Amino acid sequence: MSEAYSRPTTGHVPVLRLGDVLLVTLQGDLHDSTAQQLQQDLSETISRTGVRGVLIDISGVEIVDSFLGRVLAEIAAQSRLLAARTVVAGMRPAVAITLVELGLTLPGLSTALSTEAGMELLARQAPVTRPGGPRQESP
Amino acid sequence: MPEHEADGQLATPTHEVRDFLHRRREQIAQRWADEPLFRTVFTVSRDEAVEAGKVVVDALAQVADSDQVEDPDAAGFSEVREQLSRMGAARSRAGLSNTQVSSELAALRPPVENLLAADLEQAPPEHLRACSTTLTVLMGTLRLVAMQSALSEWQALSDRQRMQLLEVATPVIRLWDGIVAVPLIGTLDSARSQVVMETLLNAVVDQHARFAILDITGVPTVDSLVAQHLMKTVAAARLMGAQCIVSGIRPAIAQTIVHLGLDLDVITRASLADALGYALHELGADIVNPGAGQR
Amino acid sequence: MHTAAGVEACLPIRSDMDLVWVRQHVRQAAARLGFGLVEQTKLVTAASELARNTLVHGGGGQMEARHVSSGATQGLRLAFSDEGPGIADLDQALSDGYTSGGGLGMGLSGARRLVHEFDIESTPGAGTTVRVTCWAAQPPRPREEV
Repeated sequence: MSEAYSRPTTGHVPVLRLGDVLLVTLQGDLHDSTAQQLQQDLSETISRTGVRGVLIDISGVEIVDSFLGRVLAEIAAQSRLLAARTVVAGMRPAVAITLVELGLTLPGLSTALSTEAGMELLARQAPVTRPGGPRQESP
Repeated sequence: MPEHEADGQLATPTHEVRDFLHRRREQIAQRWADEPLFRTVFTVSRDEAVEAGKVVVDALAQVADSDQVEDPDAAGFSEVREQLSRMGAARSRAGLSNTQVSSELAALRPPVENLLAADLEQAPPEHLRACSTTLTVLMGTLRLVAMQSALSEWQALSDRQRMQLLEVATPVIRLWDGIVAVPLIGTLDSARSQVVMETLLNAVVDQHARFAILDITGVPTVDSLVAQHLMKTVAAARLMGAQCIVSGIRPAIAQTIVHLGLDLDVITRASLADALGYALHELGADIVNPGAGQR
Repeated sequence: MHTAAGVEACLPIRSDMDLVWVRQHVRQAAARLGFGLVEQTKLVTAASELARNTLVHGGGGQMEARHVSSGATQGLRLAFSDEGPGIADLDQALSDGYTSGGGLGMGLSGARRLVHEFDIESTPGAGTTVRVTCWAAQPPRPREEV
């Protein structure tokens, strides 16, 4: 392959913890298995740390197809079950237009213009009350 | 001319035409310079028109030399293509229709034919006829090439103008910190709504706008297609993290929307002012009328 | 004038990794042919959907990219072919929400909405070929020339 091609992201996407929020920055062309790995990593990290928010910055993503769209929707849904809210931030106009044309409006997903706006949105949320009182760190 | 009489062998019609074009280059260009097509395009000097004419004659001779008189893609034409399209475009800018430009191009043929007939006066009639036919075909191909080039030029021009018109018709206004608006005026077809969507979404990014107002006061009718375009814009803005408000829905349009059974799942306000008020309130910047509090 | 160099290619679709190459090739080819950003994104997304179909449902295959032109308009034609089980009911496969795999059921019908021309041929038992064409229809916008 030509060297002009950018290196696709493979393996694990780093998940940063900022206080009560997990921050994930997606960039470039995502390998399918990387996206699935992220989905798994996130649910494990949420359950281990008990954070109440997940912020996924996709401003560096050039395309979102139905596969990645589904992964994002599933991350939001599984986080909700673990009592954390997911915000997807920084989607580019061309990506948004394409997703709508594709028929994916992702109604269950919270969105924000930028990571800052996303952080604000998560901070404005009332703390999620968890059934069964404060969570214990898992062994 | 003496050559073919001398050895009793007649040149093929295409080569006869080629030799004739080389020989009469100057005279043909001089006559063309007086034709409306050249005269009106090269207004600065007649010499310029003559020079342009010579370039075209050379191209024709080259095409005849390669025996491709019927082929608009012959290599010889590539040199003159640009020049011909410029001439065609200049005439159309002057207000001439395609038909008029085409007949001006056709008018280039008779002077050349007359010259050929004079040159071959001594030749056998069937040879003259064959050469005339070849010349006619060659001039017909030239006309085709010229019309092709001119048409693609016009097409490009009209595309550019259409895009400019679309852009001009879609101004995005920054109403407040974090609030942009597009007043839509006129019919929303699918090309136009594409531009509206792109322009608005780019403005949302550039202005960090959390609210985007689509004002449809100036849109005469909302059918299901227009409603669909509006909904796509609203959905795309939401994916980016901005909220769309559709304002300026006139009573008649509200009725149509209900009649069509369309579910506009979007925040709507009667007027642009109401929409701005809503967005400001959401941003935490309420407008207070100081007079009202004293009553 | 746009050059066809680096546009025409035939890429294998055998693994997840190949989907990435397909997307990157289509993006570069579309950019080279003068596609606007939105058109590029739409075509790359459609290519991603179709290549994934070829991989998941067709058991692998290939994508062929060709440069086409109509008058002064440049276009890109992509053909995705596999020798898989084929599609028995094309109408059903092309409808929104229909899925035989684990997707959202938007692959084929969604990809169709993202391109200008869409054509599908499928013989049960012999394979499927999907051809799509996108045109760089919009002339360069003055704003982008600044």
